[in-house]
Amino acid sequence: MGSFFSQVLDFFGNGDNWQGDEGIPTLLRQHLQLTVVSVLAAVLIAVPIGVVLGHVRRGGALAINVANIGRALPALALLILAVQWVGIGEPTGVFAPVVSYPAFIAMFALAIPPILANTYVGVAGVDDDAREAARGMGMNGRQVLGRVELPNAIPLIMAGVRTAAVAVIATATLAAYVDAGGLGRYIVDGFRVQDSVKVFVGGLLVALLAIAVELVLAGAQRGVTSPGLRSRDR
Amino acid sequence: MLAEDIGPKWLDWPWVTDHVDEIRSRLVEHIELTFYAVGIGLLVALPLAVLCIRFRRVYGPTIAVTGVLYTIPALALFALLAPVFGLLSRWTAIVPLVLYTLLILVRNTVTGFESVPPEVKEAAAGMGYSRTRQLWRVELPLALPTIVVGIRIAVVTTIGLVTVTALIGQGGLGSLILDGFNRDFRTPLTVGITLSLALAVVVDLFLVAAVWLVTPWRRTKRSSRRRRDAAAAEAAATTTAGMIGEVG
Repeated sequence: MGSFFSQVLDFFGNGDNWQGDEGIPTLLRQHLQLTVVSVLAAVLIAVPIGVVLGHVRRGGALAINVANIGRALPALALLILAVQWVGIGEPTGVFAPVVSYPAFIAMFALAIPPILANTYVGVAGVDDDAREAARGMGMNGRQVLGRVELPNAIPLIMAGVRTAAVAVIATATLAAYVDAGGLGRYIVDGFRVQDSVKVFVGGLLVALLAIAVELVLAGAQRGVTSPGLRSRDR
Repeated sequence: MLAEDIGPKWLDWPWVTDHVDEIRSRLVEHIELTFYAVGIGLLVALPLAVLCIRFRRVYGPTIAVTGVLYTIPALALFALLAPVFGLLSRWTAIVPLVLYTLLILVRNTVTGFESVPPEVKEAAAGMGYSRTRQLWRVELPLALPTIVVGIRIAVVTTIGLVTVTALIGQGGLGSLILDGFNRDFRTPLTVGITLSLALAVVVDLFLVAAVWLVTPWRRTKRSSRRRRDAAAAEAAATTTAGMIGEVG
């Protein structure tokens, strides 16, 4: 076991692993880019829909069912179905930030349900007393939404974004199997050639990345939560 | 018919009838891995949950640790454990799957026991139930529906994750999916995806039916309000999985 860890250290010490297409910086950048682009796209689509549905308190069953189906559909299946649909071709021009079309489609589709459901529940679940008080103070529908419902819903919306990010980072790892790059490369290649050092390094980097993203988003969630809600939650 | 003609077809029925044995053994592998993962998960999670209920201070750290494990992608956790158990060992797949079930199972079990109304516990104590007997005869039946919601989420999640074990050579329905992808032949892909979705739905319905059978008191008209509340709580539990880290 001692020699195993020295081999792992050697991997990190080897300059070749820090440059080129198979280097740690490139794979890390691809992994982050895949994650950030698809989560952002999902936020831009799912949050407005969830907010509108939550404000009028309709379509709740739909939002929650979408979330449940999302959990049952395996990410790997989604990824490979996306390849059948659009192929593996590398995006160019304005679409270059997407890194890989099939990976983007799969991750976008997986990120939508938790964000949509949490946004709906967050907005629709705001205390009736708070809404009525806001109405009583003379706010119109839009003001109630902007000043009462949204601030109250933000923690749940952010929780949805975190759930989505966790699922997306996991899927970005699988994406290496369809040549989309990312840190999963080391794991997939390592298993293919039975190189347990490479496999372990890949696992370590992905695990650290996932935990780091989760911590950053948890901090962001705390940051965007209105002070009035913070004390009540804790 | 030429091979190129078959490839793009989503379902080539003769291939399915020719490969019934292979499909069946992949399905069995999938069920076995799911069963071991959730079974061992329950054996670990239930005592852990009881510990959390008795010693409240244990709950926060337990949720924090299982929450971090839940954050790590499955393929990465397989990769981290591969050097420990060996690249081709079945335990490399089973141990991470078990770890993933813990957060959901512990949280729902603790929530289930804590949602037992205090007046019910007082009534049981007043009738002379010992602490242990009260736990088994009064609190467990009332907590059961919430615990089973946890088991359902764990099972459905695990069935999805088991497809990934094909990437580390552990078979299951994921092998059919990868086979279809690698050979540009869609039929195994269709079969693998359909069966894994069907398996999730069937097991989920089975668990719903099992709870319905063992909790006759929830079926009466009078308790329909409570059932609605439970359904709402269930919906909330499934949507707020991401909040776990915050609750502790």
